[in-house]
Amino acid sequence: MPAKYHIHTAQAANRFQLITRSGVIAWEEGCLKCPSCVKKACVYKVYEKRGIDSRQMLESLDSVCKDCFRCVQGCPKQLIQKGFNPSYKALGDHYWTPEIISGLWYQAEAGRIPVSGGGYGGAFSGPGFDAMWTDMSEIVRPTRDGIHGREYISTTTDIGRKLMALEFDETGALSVTPPPVVEIPLPLLLDMLPWSPPGMGIKLAILEGAKSLGTFAIIRQSDFTPAMKEYLSNIALYIDGQVSDIEPSVLSALRLIELPYSKEVIAAQNTLKITNSGLVTIIRMDLSPDSAEEVVRLTKEGAEAIHLVADEYGLEKSDRPLFIKERTRDIHLRLVEAGVRDQITLISGGGIAMAEHVAKQIICGSDLLSVDIPLLIAMECRVCRRCKEGIACPVELEGVDPVWGASRIRNLMAGWHNQLLEILGAMGIREVKRLRGEMGRAMFFEDLEKDIFATLGRRG
Amino acid sequence: MLPEVKKIPSRFRNALGKYRVTITKECNNCGICLKLCPYGVYKAGSKKPRVAAEHLCLGFPCSANEFYCVNKCPEKAIQLRLNPAFEILGDRRWSPDLLASTWHMAETGEIPYQGLNYKTGDSGGGFDKLRFIFPREKGPEIPDEEVSTAIELNRSGDSRPGVRIPVPFYLGGMSFGSVSIVTMLSRVKAAAALNTFCCTGEGGYPEELIPYVDHMITQVATGLFGVSEESLKRVRIVEFKYAQGAKPGLGGHLLGDKVTPRVARMREAVAGSALFSPFPFHSVYSVEDHKKHVDWIKQTNSRALVSVKVSTPTDVDMVAVGSYYAGAHIIQLDGSYGGTGAAPDIAKKNIAMPIEYAVPKVHKFLSEEGIRDKITIIASGGIRSAYDMAKAIALGANGVCLGTADLVALECIRCHHCESGRGCARGIATTDEQLTNLMELEWATQRIINMYLTWRRQLVSILKRLGMKSVTELVGRFDVIGHLDYIKQEEIEGELEL
Repeated sequence: MPAKYHIHTAQAANRFQLITRSGVIAWEEGCLKCPSCVKKACVYKVYEKRGIDSRQMLESLDSVCKDCFRCVQGCPKQLIQKGFNPSYKALGDHYWTPEIISGLWYQAEAGRIPVSGGGYGGAFSGPGFDAMWTDMSEIVRPTRDGIHGREYISTTTDIGRKLMALEFDETGALSVTPPPVVEIPLPLLLDMLPWSPPGMGIKLAILEGAKSLGTFAIIRQSDFTPAMKEYLSNIALYIDGQVSDIEPSVLSALRLIELPYSKEVIAAQNTLKITNSGLVTIIRMDLSPDSAEEVVRLTKEGAEAIHLVADEYGLEKSDRPLFIKERTRDIHLRLVEAGVRDQITLISGGGIAMAEHVAKQIICGSDLLSVDIPLLIAMECRVCRRCKEGIACPVELEGVDPVWGASRIRNLMAGWHNQLLEILGAMGIREVKRLRGEMGRAMFFEDLEKDIFATLGRRG
Repeated sequence: MLPEVKKIPSRFRNALGKYRVTITKECNNCGICLKLCPYGVYKAGSKKPRVAAEHLCLGFPCSANEFYCVNKCPEKAIQLRLNPAFEILGDRRWSPDLLASTWHMAETGEIPYQGLNYKTGDSGGGFDKLRFIFPREKGPEIPDEEVSTAIELNRSGDSRPGVRIPVPFYLGGMSFGSVSIVTMLSRVKAAAALNTFCCTGEGGYPEELIPYVDHMITQVATGLFGVSEESLKRVRIVEFKYAQGAKPGLGGHLLGDKVTPRVARMREAVAGSALFSPFPFHSVYSVEDHKKHVDWIKQTNSRALVSVKVSTPTDVDMVAVGSYYAGAHIIQLDGSYGGTGAAPDIAKKNIAMPIEYAVPKVHKFLSEEGIRDKITIIASGGIRSAYDMAKAIALGANGVCLGTADLVALECIRCHHCESGRGCARGIATTDEQLTNLMELEWATQRIINMYLTWRRQLVSILKRLGMKSVTELVGRFDVIGHLDYIKQEEIEGELEL
């Protein structure tokens, strides 16, 4: 059995004071100076630990408080109150919600998965990924040991084209050459960012993150610098210029190249293969209503891997866009129908914001995913998008330390990896490859509502 | 005989309510407000009246009343406003209104009058969008005493004794170690007072619980902690926990810190060492293995009913059928949104289906199989109110099983930090001695009793409006319930309650 894939995590402290959901408001006026003040009795020692961050002039109080309300309910003069934090509500937008952002911050800081008591507290369902549930199995393996102990749940994924059968000549020798395959230990690529503050720190953090995770970061050819050469075995180079401009030593060392979609993309792929036969090429294209047809055609023409990219809200390019999971189901099923699904690797990206999205998107037919904005959030990004306007980043990402950034990315991806194991474990599935397209092991909101709620209230 | 309601105020100095009432310096202590307020918001004070119970204040709607203190105060010294802290309480499932309503019921045994929504939460789907369809024409008036809320748990027709409970619910398992001894005992005592049951959870139980053994369910969970011949023999119901809604398909993990010498003794383990409850039962890999399990209990205890607690996967209906043929008397479906113990957030939100889907799915399947009358379906995992309970029954359950609601009655505010540091800061889910002492047993027991008596009254009134004399008539009545997204008032004869 291969060594178990393990991501090393370590606490990586926040540089800035956390933006919390609520804040403590305490008045001094009217204080009775009780000898046994409720502030002293705080179970979490919030008031003892409090301090001022001199750089931001912010209190530490709220990032330690756990909302037990003991002081609010105990103060005889009712001088302590709690209230909503408007800056929290203002984080992100309708898709990148404050809850998602703060959850990602927690994982990037602690390297642990979010665990809490008291059952689920969220909405019944929602759009997109919130409109499906994953299956569980009452009695089959793997046991919990599979997640934490002796047994093994594999999250390894291959990128490349697959032969459907091997062929041999009359001497018994293999008569076909299997195409190259790149194997990564978790089904995630680190993608180019849709927007980001300038500076090398962010890019180097992502590269270092990819290296320590054993996966790849997609880097634009135009962004490639000699300083990145040490990361060549973890770079998927995106060609946004001329292939002839790439140094031959770089080209021969690369294992993954991403080509933008064009009419001649298969020809371009074949040309690349002449210089580096071990290379796997990925065709990057916008997700759109035509994707299914295009993907089937490209697969038949010899494409190895296709990266279908939605916008940052998971929507395809269209006037009436479908969400990434819906379009991917369509593409996956069309490939199955055409009998070519297993030949091609499908990579999906855009709007992947939480660990659960990884599992759900794979169930809907992707082999692996690309992740972008969460990498920035791991480094404390608040999704304010001011960098798009050229305004300075409120958390100073321009000058971020790549070592710290990489440790935050590693922590976050370790959290996602562990959560993927929880989902797989609950389903009794031992490898993520088997999760792909397993729509029968998921429950979809639309189906359940139609079967169950839509029939209620009618006689007979 | 049902127990009586006793008034049991909050154990904290300032109870939390929707409104804030303050008396300013202008007050001349004339005492008019004290005399006016029928809700007991004020208490007499030496310089000015004290706002002793603002959570009982009726709030702005009171302005229509003769006794509205804000207008009647000669010095205009009373200020009434919304409590800014109120909106940060709870979550989408347990909205601030639902929390405050539950506290009100636990304190007074009455339905809240403060304009709180005590019927639904704010989750935007499931129970929160299901409504009863009441007949427009009133039938003959049914006196409260003639409405039965009792259910029989043994419907199998076998030779084992019947177990009839006067209310269509019992209390779910929370293990010693996960909650304090006061919490555990109060739940068992409340169950005994209501003549129903309380499950022990995994890990056995301390000797303080033995006097209530007739109202206890021994749980056999995957770690088999606390399972012995004695603990199986002394109860009337034994429950197999295959999975639980909070973490479907995942096991349990009791942190080393929580394995105190007492917990360790009960679990036959070593103090300070973390204990894993594996998933799944290592002795069960087929439905035949499952039958062996059930037979084991039946051999060990010849009078016990066997309950099987499962989570809600896609094939939950098949699981239920399998349990029936293996000889179970009760199938408990534990929906994915409930649970009290700590669990990964990803599991709570995403794995397995909400109970609102699972119950009708199983009810229909068992009916088609022709065995629905032979087994009792208990719904759990996300039942927050009397209305959720009644809806679950209309969707096909015989009764329900509760957990979180009890904790809310004990003034849980759903901060979700049960496991942080010394455990629950409010002394409910902790083994820390100092925190455990925040709550008295009699107080806790009566709070739970008060809440459930109020639930029962609400259930009776729902049944009466539907023209039913027994809760058993409500089971699986898909025609008296509708979902707001799919049914319009114009399309139906009855009145859709909004």
